[in-house]
Amino acid sequence: MTPADATTLAPTTSAADAGLAVEMLGVNKWYGDFHVLKDVDLRVKKGEKIVICGPSGSGKSTMIRCINRLEEHQAGRIVVDGIELTEDLKRIDEVRRDVGMVFQHFNLFPHLTILENCTLAPIWVKKMPKKDAEEVAMQFLKRVRIPEQARKYPGQLSGGQQQRVAIARSLCMNPKIMLFDEPTSALDPEMVKEVLDTMVELANEGMTMLCVTHEMGFARQVADRVIFMDAGQIIEMNEPNAFFADPKHERTKLFLSQILH
Amino acid sequence: MSAIDTSSVFVRAEMAEARAAPISTTGLVGWVRTRLFGSVFDGLLTLLGMAIAASVIWSIFDFAVVRAVWTGEDGGVCRTPTAGACWPYVTAYWKQFLFGRYPAEERWRAILVFAVFFGLLAPLALPKIPFKRLNALLFFVGMPIFAYVMLCGGWFGLEPVETTMWGGLLVTLVVAVTGIVCSLPLGILLALGRRSKMPIVRTLSVVFIEFWRGVPMITVLFMAANMLPLFMPDNVDVDKLLRALIGVTIFTAAYLAETVRGGLQAIPKGQYEGAMALGLGYWQTMGLIIMPQALKLVIPGIVNSFISLFKDTTLVLIVSIFDLLGMIQSSRSDPVWAAPSTGTTGYLVAAATFWIFCFGMSRYSMWLERRLATGHKR
Ligand SMILES: Nc1ncnc2c1ncn2[C@@H]1O[C@H](COP(=O)(O)OP(=O)(O)O)[C@@H](O)[C@H]1O
Ligand SMILES: [Mg+2]
Repeated sequence: MTPADATTLAPTTSAADAGLAVEMLGVNKWYGDFHVLKDVDLRVKKGEKIVICGPSGSGKSTMIRCINRLEEHQAGRIVVDGIELTEDLKRIDEVRRDVGMVFQHFNLFPHLTILENCTLAPIWVKKMPKKDAEEVAMQFLKRVRIPEQARKYPGQLSGGQQQRVAIARSLCMNPKIMLFDEPTSALDPEMVKEVLDTMVELANEGMTMLCVTHEMGFARQVADRVIFMDAGQIIEMNEPNAFFADPKHERTKLFLSQILH
Repeated sequence: MSAIDTSSVFVRAEMAEARAAPISTTGLVGWVRTRLFGSVFDGLLTLLGMAIAASVIWSIFDFAVVRAVWTGEDGGVCRTPTAGACWPYVTAYWKQFLFGRYPAEERWRAILVFAVFFGLLAPLALPKIPFKRLNALLFFVGMPIFAYVMLCGGWFGLEPVETTMWGGLLVTLVVAVTGIVCSLPLGILLALGRRSKMPIVRTLSVVFIEFWRGVPMITVLFMAANMLPLFMPDNVDVDKLLRALIGVTIFTAAYLAETVRGGLQAIPKGQYEGAMALGLGYWQTMGLIIMPQALKLVIPGIVNSFISLFKDTTLVLIVSIFDLLGMIQSSRSDPVWAAPSTGTTGYLVAAATFWIFCFGMSRYSMWLERRLATGHKR
């Protein structure tokens, strides 16, 4: 899109002034001919916790991956912490420094120890001295309660432990916003709780969070807003109690009836 | 309740303890029984295999030791019809096998280079030894300069020695080591280029790789030796050995590029995403995350290429560079040592030397692979 389009879509207030962490305006994206995101509008205030749910293939991952530019949007604006995402690589780097991401399959680096996984980005991206980076990493590993695993390799840890390491690894970069893409769906049932507990703690500390998950208990406990997506668009958005007690849209009702039994 | 309990309710009263496996399936006895003599047919195959191995080993031993001639002034002693290996010929010629026509009074320079080379390589290859960074710097930067100065001469009062005088194992190692050290980085860059999103970089890489993979090594060497001078300005004279070196390096790099690309393809997309989400740039992602994993996966393929390269160095003979095999080849026709077994003896030496180097590389790579395994998969 051209800069001219951008200005016409731009709101009058700038995102940073409004205390917004993430602002998506008229975001559209296509994979080839396939229209994945259709006019997505979303404003996330600093410190807000958003839970995103919806059927598989509805574009949830694509939407949050646009926020740290793992996917490129083709129309509309995305402003993250006051920085608008464009082709400009410098801005993309800046945004990625501010945004942490936790993936469904952890994406830890198997050839590095837990500690090295956590210190890699601080050392190479933030140019932090190794000693300091290790200190910070141990602090976060303690917070996710696995400091004793620091010298092991990811392959030696359970799924739940790996996901907690992934969270610690992101936190080591001191992000302002955390994105979670189905962080518990690849885990064995008995490990879901330990990861959710970590996320709840993080939420209680005031982190801005966008979380794709179907853990409705978690949504009820921490979310400020729950978003339901289908077919590449936001169908319904509400605060959790109202969202679960009284869904308005037919699709939301159907979806909730399927996952809540 | 009847004697046989058919009720569907069951509650375990005591936990079963783990017990040792039956003796007949473990230990040496179990191994011999299951692996060597599992059935009558297996037993027959085992005996047949043993017989073949024994006969091969015996004939080599018979030729190289039992019937061998150990001392003598010339080929006369080896000309008896029952004579085996002609060792005096090797004794007379081994210096040429090692250094070719490198002047006798300057050979200490080549020996020093060999010594420094292995002296730096050993601690680099063994993980326990500290100062890896310094060691690598010395090996990859200091060593080539040192070897160049020492072998070519012309500096510090060292007598210049033309590369046409070099030969034997010296040339084999110079070509092989230079080829190995230079082709890997080039191959990695080509593999990255082939996967690049930039169409020009990608096209250039593809064309380069496919061209060099598409021509035989002999053609490459011939072209480097005979055709390159035609394209060069008259006053530029590129050394023949250097031309062969470049040919071998580029040829191997093209193969390595494909091997490395295979490794790159095996790395899940999540690894790139994990790295990008942390803010790592392209070269950081490749150098710190992707390459270490991809290269580890393709160690067998890489070493395969290195072993091929090591053996292909013998092809430089066709552009009149006399490597180890070339020296043996030319010395066997020396009338002083002419005897039926001279050639065979020489080739036995060549085969043994090549085998030791190649087998060494193979074992080292297997050991490295095991050492680098960090529980990639649970
Ligand atoms: N790289 C891609 N190329 C083409 N189609 C894709 C790609 N990634 C995702 N899609 C499609 O886009 C749609 C949305 O995907 P995704 O955002 O992963 O959905 P969700 O996370 O809600 O399950 C799906 O139909 C999926 O098949
Ligand atoms: Mg998804």
